[in-house]
Amino acid sequence: MRVAPRQLVVFLGRRLLYSAVVLLGVLVLVFALVQVVPGDPIRLALGTRYTEEAYQALLAASGLDRPLVEQFFSYLGHALTGDLGVSFRSGEPVTALLLQRLPATLSLAVVGLVIALVISIPAGIWSALHEGRLSDAIIRVTSQFGVSVPDFWMGMLLILLFSTTWVLLPSSGYVALSDDGAQWARRVLLPGLTVGLVAGAIMTRYIRSAVLEVASMSYVRTARSKGLSSGIVVRRHILRNALVPVLTIAGIQFATILGGVIVVEVVFAWPGLGRLVYESVAARDYSMIQGSVLLIAAMFLLVNLIVDVLYAVVDPRIRLS
Amino acid sequence: MSPVLSVENLRVAIGSREIVQGLSFAVEPEATLGIVGESGSGKSMTVLAATGLLDAPGARVTGSSVLTPEGAGPLELVGARRSALRRVHGDKIGFVFQDPTTSLNPLLTLERQITESLEAHRSLTRRAAASRALELLEAVGLPEPEQRLQSYPHQLSGGQRQRVMIAIALACDPALLVADEPTTALDVTTQAQIIELVRTLQRERGTAVVWISHDLGVIGQVADDVLVLQEGRPLEHRGVVELMDEPRHPYTRELLAARPRLGASTPPAATDDGEVLLSVRDLDVRFSVTSAAGRSIVHAVDGVSFDVRRGQTLGIVGESGSGKSTIANVLTGLVRPHGGSAELAGEDVLHRASHDLRRRIAMVFQDPFSSLDPRMRAGESIAEPLRVHRLPSDGRPRDERVAELLELVDLPAAFAQRYPHELSGGQRQRVSIARALALEPELVILDESTASLDVSIQARVLDLLRRLQSELSLTFVFIAHDLAIVQQMSHDVLVMQRGQTAEHAAAADLFADPQQDYTRRLLAAIPPDRPRRAVG
Repeated sequence: MRVAPRQLVVFLGRRLLYSAVVLLGVLVLVFALVQVVPGDPIRLALGTRYTEEAYQALLAASGLDRPLVEQFFSYLGHALTGDLGVSFRSGEPVTALLLQRLPATLSLAVVGLVIALVISIPAGIWSALHEGRLSDAIIRVTSQFGVSVPDFWMGMLLILLFSTTWVLLPSSGYVALSDDGAQWARRVLLPGLTVGLVAGAIMTRYIRSAVLEVASMSYVRTARSKGLSSGIVVRRHILRNALVPVLTIAGIQFATILGGVIVVEVVFAWPGLGRLVYESVAARDYSMIQGSVLLIAAMFLLVNLIVDVLYAVVDPRIRLS
Repeated sequence: MSPVLSVENLRVAIGSREIVQGLSFAVEPEATLGIVGESGSGKSMTVLAATGLLDAPGARVTGSSVLTPEGAGPLELVGARRSALRRVHGDKIGFVFQDPTTSLNPLLTLERQITESLEAHRSLTRRAAASRALELLEAVGLPEPEQRLQSYPHQLSGGQRQRVMIAIALACDPALLVADEPTTALDVTTQAQIIELVRTLQRERGTAVVWISHDLGVIGQVADDVLVLQEGRPLEHRGVVELMDEPRHPYTRELLAARPRLGASTPPAATDDGEVLLSVRDLDVRFSVTSAAGRSIVHAVDGVSFDVRRGQTLGIVGESGSGKSTIANVLTGLVRPHGGSAELAGEDVLHRASHDLRRRIAMVFQDPFSSLDPRMRAGESIAEPLRVHRLPSDGRPRDERVAELLELVDLPAAFAQRYPHELSGGQRQRVSIARALALEPELVILDESTASLDVSIQARVLDLLRRLQSELSLTFVFIAHDLAIVQQMSHDVLVMQRGQTAEHAAAADLFADPQQDYTRRLLAAIPPDRPRRAVG
């Protein structure tokens, strides 16, 4: 595939600029969060440890006594250097706490997405190419089931099957990939399967309709009129064109898992971002909430950027227009 | 010489409905069979079934269709195995379809799309196939063929894409070329070029051609024999000259009479007196087009001025992209112009146009299928503008006015209860016209309003429009790509080219003595009245 370098650079530059603007907007919103919440965040943070001296000390340390504009630029400056403040609850740096959770979240998201793709791509394509047959009906009903069941229920079902009935896999906990690869794999499999099955069911339906739509296009008839084998017609003409909408939905699913699948993380005692957000909200740990929202937004933007670049790689109309 | 394709008693049924009812025809090498019929006549279905490319679910094809390419044995295509069909598709039979914007794969280079069939049938190496692809692009007259090999379809114009389709169809030197409405989506000048191209290549290669069209003018230019179809039945199958000179079947006569022909009617005489209703001066419209690579400005309308007198029609013609429809969109307030003025009876239409002024301008769109809300009954569609403007103001029931409007467009009042899918194309367009007339406009903009109708229905809708104009002294802006119907309808004509006025004159003068080269080119590109074979 030929890519005109100048146009691709311009394209990338525009997308990056756009992402930066969105991120700045998120930063403003996140900053405003602390200003608009009812109650005094410092007082809340101190809780029962409240004394006047402690209050004044934390106020000065957090900078909340300074003018709003100054506070914002200070927050912006720190955020750009990776300093998202300290957690009100634990007193540890927010960035460090987030980075601790990132490997677990990434493991879950990558394993979940791979499982979703492994299921949905063949199922969606098969279903579309056998429209109206029995196999299509079975795939449609199954995927409808997958879309409809709540993910925690799917998780509990899997635990019941694989951890209780047949004692094959541990039902909870996380081991870092760098510590013990085999243990990591054993523990990530069930939560990964849970999010992967749900995302896979959604994606199967998308892929099926994308392939069906492309298969009815006039250029597919042209391809058939050339006397090409059905394998080539499907691979070269149908699937490549169906890829663009599939990329979109895969990106959204991936970013959603990255942003935290709270209930699944709770069911499997998984130390991911979702649980961190949940715990921070429960404790009103505002600097932690701010940091997590910012990180989740940044990951969404990064995934979208990757999807946009892939669009351009697949589709010359985006790349060359 | 034995025929390349010989079809006997071909039938296609879907469920209990027989869509093609016993057709027989043959095509000789180097000859062209034209298949003519209106929409729903089964033309495409016939040819796709005869060549084994029909893929409608549940369609049953019976009868016989034998392909006998030179130097090979006969092959029965009806009921043939898929693998046998794949061997002849693209190799012995080439196909060109109607819409070149959708019939090429947007993600593949032209080279890839041309070499595919060469690799499949001729087992050429990639390199040999690429050099053959270059020859083909040269043969179909694509400018700068070497650079074009690596281009994608979206970088080409409609005419160029259709040339590429022809290159693909002819890649393996097929014995039979099937062309299904190959020029319908093209401008008249491009159409003329494509017709010439196919004829030249056909002569050089001795290809037999089946050319499907709804347009008898085009068929007259390409065909040796013509088969007229109506609702899947063959009505007449004769040489093109005999058929056009002495049509035997009443339906053929009707088709011939209804087709818009240049010079078939004299345009209504333009008068210089009479009040100027619409006055447009120095209209300038620019669109900024944002793409991944940045912004560019398209000058859609560039310094166009014209007057339309009350009760008269201004025809606007031009090729696609010439800015015709943009003018309509400016007048109806859908597009904000960059500069210039437009006044309706002295009142500014472009800026701060009042509710009342908007009421005096109505529009009828091209496609009667998408311009009516499928969930609204015809009566509700017509009543909608009345409701918005709280009419009739004298307290008469709205239904009464709707019935009146339906009567005006020659539809029974009971049609108010019908949904769009229960109406034919012509009936839908009548409903659209009734809706446009609901607010008693003075100016009606007709943007290709009859372009998607079959010729016989188009003729009737044009009659209706003329009658309404004289009864209600309506003023029309009549936008069309078909010069023959513009000649029938217009007092004055504005010819547009790339956003600018190419020529602006009274219709009688413009058609009798065009002053500009561009106008002459447009007129020369119209398929002449007499079939080519009759002229020699």
